[in-house]
Amino acid sequence: MWLAEEPLLFEMSSPGRKAFSLPDLDVPESPLPEGMTREEVNLPEISELELVRHYVRLSQKNYSVDTHFYPLGSCTMKYNPKVNEVTAGMEGFTRTHPLQPEWMAQGNLALMYRLQEALKEISGFAGVTLQPAAGAHGEFTGVLIMRAYHVDRGDTQRKKVLIPNSAHGTNPASVAMSGFEAVEIPSDARGNVDLDALKAACDETVVGLMITNPNTLGLFEEHIKEVVDTVHACGGLVYGDGANLNALLGVARPGDLGFDVMHFNLHKTFSTPHGGGGPGSGPVGVAEHLLPYLPFPQVVKEGDTYKLVTPEKSIGRMKAFHGNFGMMVRALTYILLHGEEDLRQVAINAVLNANYLKARIEKVYPVKYPRTCMHEFVASGNIADGIHTMDIAKRLIDYGFHPPTVYFPLIVPEAIMIEPTETESKETLDAFADALLKIAEEARTNPDLLHTAPHTTPVRRLDEVGAARKPVLCYRG
Amino acid sequence: MKLDANAKYRDTHEWARKEGDLIVCGITDHAQESLSDVVYVELPEVGDTLDQGETFGVVESVKAASDLYMPMSGEIVEVNERLEDEPELVNSDPYGEGWMIKFKPTNPDEWDGLLTGEEYEKAVAEEEG
Repeated sequence: MWLAEEPLLFEMSSPGRKAFSLPDLDVPESPLPEGMTREEVNLPEISELELVRHYVRLSQKNYSVDTHFYPLGSCTMKYNPKVNEVTAGMEGFTRTHPLQPEWMAQGNLALMYRLQEALKEISGFAGVTLQPAAGAHGEFTGVLIMRAYHVDRGDTQRKKVLIPNSAHGTNPASVAMSGFEAVEIPSDARGNVDLDALKAACDETVVGLMITNPNTLGLFEEHIKEVVDTVHACGGLVYGDGANLNALLGVARPGDLGFDVMHFNLHKTFSTPHGGGGPGSGPVGVAEHLLPYLPFPQVVKEGDTYKLVTPEKSIGRMKAFHGNFGMMVRALTYILLHGEEDLRQVAINAVLNANYLKARIEKVYPVKYPRTCMHEFVASGNIADGIHTMDIAKRLIDYGFHPPTVYFPLIVPEAIMIEPTETESKETLDAFADALLKIAEEARTNPDLLHTAPHTTPVRRLDEVGAARKPVLCYRG
Repeated sequence: MKLDANAKYRDTHEWARKEGDLIVCGITDHAQESLSDVVYVELPEVGDTLDQGETFGVVESVKAASDLYMPMSGEIVEVNERLEDEPELVNSDPYGEGWMIKFKPTNPDEWDGLLTGEEYEKAVAEEEG
């Protein structure tokens, strides 16, 4: 990493320097009207070499999964195979436009169709829309489909969506966006949905349940069948947040578990770039009874021809054109590259890696629900007096690791949420565990090392409180 | 954990204290400590009428945003406007200068159902498990 702090282009500016040269004017000069010109525009004046060095140095400060381990819980920061970029860059895909007529874009539609079919097979659903642009957009789409289903049946008194407190934070927002009320359901002592509380909340006003399985504690819902049946018994639908699908690939299908709707995160489970490298993509799968409400357009195959169609009672379009098409190319590449057996191995290794890490650190970093975890687990940074999870996270940066997700889920005090993914080697996992154990020792012997971390970065501990209370939004202050 | 001997509590970490005919309300010392540095407090409008358990605002720290719940039903008569510029008062003096709302209770009997300091401490211990 290039450690010196990089100045702003504005600070490097010197009058007269430039990084461009324009050809001579070959048309009559036409000045802007009076009153519409400015003398001072305050743009930086930089030479081409300075400009190149500035951006190359900034790029050297980048931290990414291509440079380091990135165990950000809930985000599935797996390696994105480079072959994805080869296929996404193929001319047949890059030189088409969504406004071209269907007969000119048959290859693109074929790809979308094959991805729809692959996701159906992986999830056990009857239909899939590729429209949503990201996970939360998928949630919103899914809840709108649930709403359309109830309204279509004249069942208009349903207003409540039940959400376990171990669910993803975006779920209540998607519910509110859809005009419904979110009702929180507590967890039981093993980290499952509290079945009694769920039963008590289920009545004729319930739209459905939004459940993440495995949940944000990294735990598989042990009573998933009863949970689904309880919600169905009161006429509600079950929405699955597919953010944690990486743990289930090829092993369990949400459609078979009785889920009615679920979104996929292509940018997590299916290795398309995210965390600044996006955009995301959040397709939604639905069971048979919700097919008529899917967004427009759906790709269907008639004989050898692919067509865009509008489902009978469609909730409409959720995104301009056909969704984030480039991500569909990458995701299908990933699926075809692996095939059924290797996709199952992805889930198995993701779960194995998480359990290995958990076993290596749980004696020092307590895990609130001591069960076998799925693809991630939640430990606590409550390891010594005066030490907080944030101190541990910042100290990890000194050891060359991206910190895990911290202070989420909210139901675990001082939470540290670790998701190694299947793409990491045992050596990397050991190095990370060793760093965490070393930090725990430092917490006892030299706590200041943690309080003042990070020490090896261009900027030290940032004043997050000051930034939130008195934000400076302009570089001149 | 500091408690205010004159206050009663909700298991969602709000305290309530009688002040003449009115009830003053804020969040507990335990709550502010768990949240860490508070950076923003959203409060209701004076005149709003809210039921017991209904959300009256939101408190945000660098870690998390949490809803604030009415300890009793009532009509808001005053909000602590200082918190707009000095949200840190919630951390430094949760039972004093960090108070959030004053309301006129519409069902004064609800007071009896609130937790005592001792009961609240027990609820926190159970939650921390």
